[in-house]
Amino acid sequence: MKRRLRDVPPALAMLVPSMALLAVWTVYPLVMAFINGTKSCDSTGRRCNDVGWQQFSNVWQSREFQHALGVSLKLAAMTVPAGLILGVGLAVLADKHLRGIGFFRTAFSSTVATSVAVASLVWFVLLQPEIGVLSDLFHEWIPSLKQPGLLRDPGTALPAVALSSVWAGLGFTFIVITAGLQGIPRDLYESAYVDGAGSWRRFTNVTLPMLSPSILFITVVLTTRALQTYAEVSLLTGGGPNPEKSTTTIPYLIYGRNSVIQNNLGLKSAAAVLLFVISLVFAIVQFRGFEKRVQYAR
Amino acid sequence: MRADRPRGWRLVGRYTVLGVVAAVVLFPIYAVLLQALKSGPDALDHPSSLLPTHLTLDTITTAWTDGNLGRMMLNSMLVSLLVTAGVMLTSLLSAYAFAFLRFPGRGVLFVFFVATMLVPAEVTVVINRRTADSLGWLNSYQGLVVPALASTFGMLLVRQMFLTLPKELHEAASLDGVGHLRFLWEVAAPLSRPTLGALGLFTFLGTWNAYLWPSQVITDEAHKTIQIGLEDLKTPGDISRFNLITGGLVIAALPIFVMLVLFQRQLVRGLTAGAVKG
Repeated sequence: MKRRLRDVPPALAMLVPSMALLAVWTVYPLVMAFINGTKSCDSTGRRCNDVGWQQFSNVWQSREFQHALGVSLKLAAMTVPAGLILGVGLAVLADKHLRGIGFFRTAFSSTVATSVAVASLVWFVLLQPEIGVLSDLFHEWIPSLKQPGLLRDPGTALPAVALSSVWAGLGFTFIVITAGLQGIPRDLYESAYVDGAGSWRRFTNVTLPMLSPSILFITVVLTTRALQTYAEVSLLTGGGPNPEKSTTTIPYLIYGRNSVIQNNLGLKSAAAVLLFVISLVFAIVQFRGFEKRVQYAR
Repeated sequence: MRADRPRGWRLVGRYTVLGVVAAVVLFPIYAVLLQALKSGPDALDHPSSLLPTHLTLDTITTAWTDGNLGRMMLNSMLVSLLVTAGVMLTSLLSAYAFAFLRFPGRGVLFVFFVATMLVPAEVTVVINRRTADSLGWLNSYQGLVVPALASTFGMLLVRQMFLTLPKELHEAASLDGVGHLRFLWEVAAPLSRPTLGALGLFTFLGTWNAYLWPSQVITDEAHKTIQIGLEDLKTPGDISRFNLITGGLVIAALPIFVMLVLFQRQLVRGLTAGAVKG
């Protein structure tokens, strides 16, 4: 007993900095988001009156939230499968013992070096209707590149945001899947080869099952990121084009510069909590759904 | 007779596919870089000429001065370095407590730490902005740095490393009367250098690239980070200055590209720390 207690003072001293920071900047705001979600406050956030838990369902049912939820879900439906398939494709392509493969690996992982802000502005430049390179190159096949511009057309703005987002996330997916591939024991491939499995059979029967933990991880990360998309929207479209608000995601509804709930701490908190719950539900469903199929090596 | 060693035409095919795919992935970077190296009028006249002609650094230097990018890069550098140093310190300390010390309530505290990882920034930023406001930390370095100083991810990464160190090492040290801090500083931390490198790099990149939080707490020019300040080069009306933003992008991305090339291995370790082990 004495030995157990001897470690208490140093442990406390070592843990206090992290605990204090996490308490103030993570736990407190989480709790306060729930509490404020039940209140309706003026813009200063000082004078509030109680609306009760009712407010969460009010926000959920509001036209603005439902619209933003739809946008966020559509964005996830575009970015997650595309990001996953391209990432796995690139990783499998580069998982070869070839001279100079290091160069290709660096090229494929290069987008991790671009922040979301840089990646978004890169696509903003490329898609600029008058002088953007992509607009100039492809406008004969896709006229809306020039008129009115991919980001200004309500029908194409969200896919364009998705394009930027998929490109920006590609490097990360590539790195994680590549690490997963390198963890697959080579003798599995060799015995499949000996058994006469062609390269497609080896991919579906060895690579994919062995890769399932990495794929699950990437799916959860990409989904969470898609649901939390803010910077891309802020930089590429500002939530527009309006009045359709075709790219106003839930985070942009909460934090955007011209958000309708800009000055209402209660509504913002309620929407933020709902976003948290939605992300959590998705992550849990994905883990549950995959669990039976994921094969952890040994 | 290995399955993955092609020869002859198959080899040529492999390289062709790899080359084409790499060209597609790198195309946006190449196009922006090229645009940044053209003078303003040249870029307007021939936006899609993809071969370099009349290269000049004018666009980049104009972006640097007009966009106040020097100040912003300095802000980003300062904030990222402070956060990186702070996170490494708090992670080392808390990881040490969880890995080497025995005390009542350790399990509960550990769960508390891990649970905070589930809370996304998008939920806490609403209230944290108000907290920063009431502390007078809007438009300040404290506001950018302090909230980011603790990292559960960092604690877990370092703790995992510490747990692989032989137990006898710690026991011998405490028998010899070596204090906890000295053991941490002189034995445990140096032995964990690769892990700390990965954590440092990862934290630096994350802080450098942060967008949502800085965009909510910083509005003045003096404290803007490069990520939120680049946008100011987007001058909507004036098409002749449009090229400037490409110059800004090159400046903003350059240090990170250099880091990626120099520290690729550490980055991969940091990114895959949570992903590969089931």
